[in-house]
Amino acid sequence: MAGHHLAQLNVGTLRHPLDDPRTHGFTSMLDTLNDVADRSPGFVWRLVGDESNDATAIRTTLGADVIVNMSVWESRDSLWDYVYRSGHLDVLRRRAEWFELPKTAFQVMWWIPAGHVPTVEEAVERLQHLRAHGPSPRAFGFRDTYTPEDAGLGVATTDGHDQGPDLRLSATG
Amino acid sequence: MEDIEAIVVLQDPVRRQLYEYVVAQDHEVSRNEAAEGVGVGRTLAAFHLDKLVDAGLLVTESRRLTGRSGPGAGRPAKLYRRSGVEHHVSVPARDYRTAADLLAAVADGARLDVELRAAAVREGRAARAAAGPIEDLDAVRAVLSVRGYEPRTDADGAVLRLVNCPFHALSERHPALICGMNLALVEGLVEDIEGLRARMDPQPGTCCVTVETSKNNVD
Repeated sequence: MAGHHLAQLNVGTLRHPLDDPRTHGFTSMLDTLNDVADRSPGFVWRLVGDESNDATAIRTTLGADVIVNMSVWESRDSLWDYVYRSGHLDVLRRRAEWFELPKTAFQVMWWIPAGHVPTVEEAVERLQHLRAHGPSPRAFGFRDTYTPEDAGLGVATTDGHDQGPDLRLSATG
Repeated sequence: MEDIEAIVVLQDPVRRQLYEYVVAQDHEVSRNEAAEGVGVGRTLAAFHLDKLVDAGLLVTESRRLTGRSGPGAGRPAKLYRRSGVEHHVSVPARDYRTAADLLAAVADGARLDVELRAAAVREGRAARAAAGPIEDLDAVRAVLSVRGYEPRTDADGAVLRLVNCPFHALSERHPALICGMNLALVEGLVEDIEGLRARMDPQPGTCCVTVETSKNNVD
C-alpha cells in the first residue's frame, strides 16, 4: 500500500430535515449513489455512521443541519469520474432542491498516505483551513492541481510515473 | 493563427472525409479502415491522415491489432483518433468563452440551477419549433447533429448516445450546472414526443445526456 490517496469531504446545509418529504428525492437516492461509489474504479473508503450504510447521521462542529460526506480515492481522476461522470451527477444537478446556497467552501480535498483512514475532525479542520486561507497543498478543490509532493508527502511511485531522483530521495529519507 | 491553419487543412475534400470518418467512429481507426471507410487508396489515406496529425486535428498511437507481441508479431498499426484540442476561429476576434465562464461561475455560486434549467428547456423547445416536426429518434438525431452533439445510435436503434459535448470546456469547469443545463435543453427538444425521453447517463469521455425510446410507451 505504498503511495498516496486523495481524501475528500463535502458538506451541505439541509433546507429541510432528512425525514421531510421535500428531502426524499435526496435520501431515496443515497443507497444507489453509495453503491455506485463503492463499485467505482479507484474507490478506497467512505465514511459511514454506526450501524448505517451512509454518513447522514454524523454531525460535526459545523452545525446540526449540516450533513457530511467523506471518502478516499486513489486519484483525483477517479474521484472526478465518480462525482461528475456517474449517476451521481444526476443527483448533483438537483442539489439546489435539497441544500442551502453555500456561502463558503463546501468541499475540500487533501492528500493522505495510502492506508490512513481520515477522521471527521481532521476533515473539518481541512475545510476550515481552506475557508480561512484559500486553496493550498494542505486543503484544496477540484480546480487546483496540488500534488502529494506539494503537500510534503513522500511518494513511492506505484503508477509508473518517474518522480525524479530528488523526490525519490525525499521519499525514502 | 494556428487555429486557422488547422481549419484550412480541412479544406481538402478527401482529408475532410477522412477526418469526419475517424471522429465518427467509437474506436481508434487504422489506415486501412479509414481508407475503406472513405473509399480511397491506403497510401492516399495515410498521407492525408498524417497531415491531419501534423495539424493537431488527429492524434495517433501505434498498437498491434492482433494482440500478439514479440518477434513475428508484425509492425504495430498506426491508429488515429480525434485530438482533444479545440480549434476556434472568429473574424473579427471574439471571446465568448471567457464571458460564458464568468457567467457560469456566478450562476454556479448563486445556485441558479433551477433558473438556468428553465431557460434551457425554453431554448430546447424553440430549437424544436424551428426544426419542424420531430417525431422519432432519427429526427432528434438530425437536430442534435446540427447542434454539434455527434449523436450515435446504439446497435438496436433504441438509444441515441451523444459523443461530443458542445459545452465541453464549460462542463469541465462547472459540471453540475452545465450538465443540468444541457439535459434540460435536450429535454425541451424531445418534450412531448411520444415514446422518447432524455436522461442523464454520464460516462467518462462523452456527453452526459442520452436520448432513448422510453420503455413505457414502446409496448
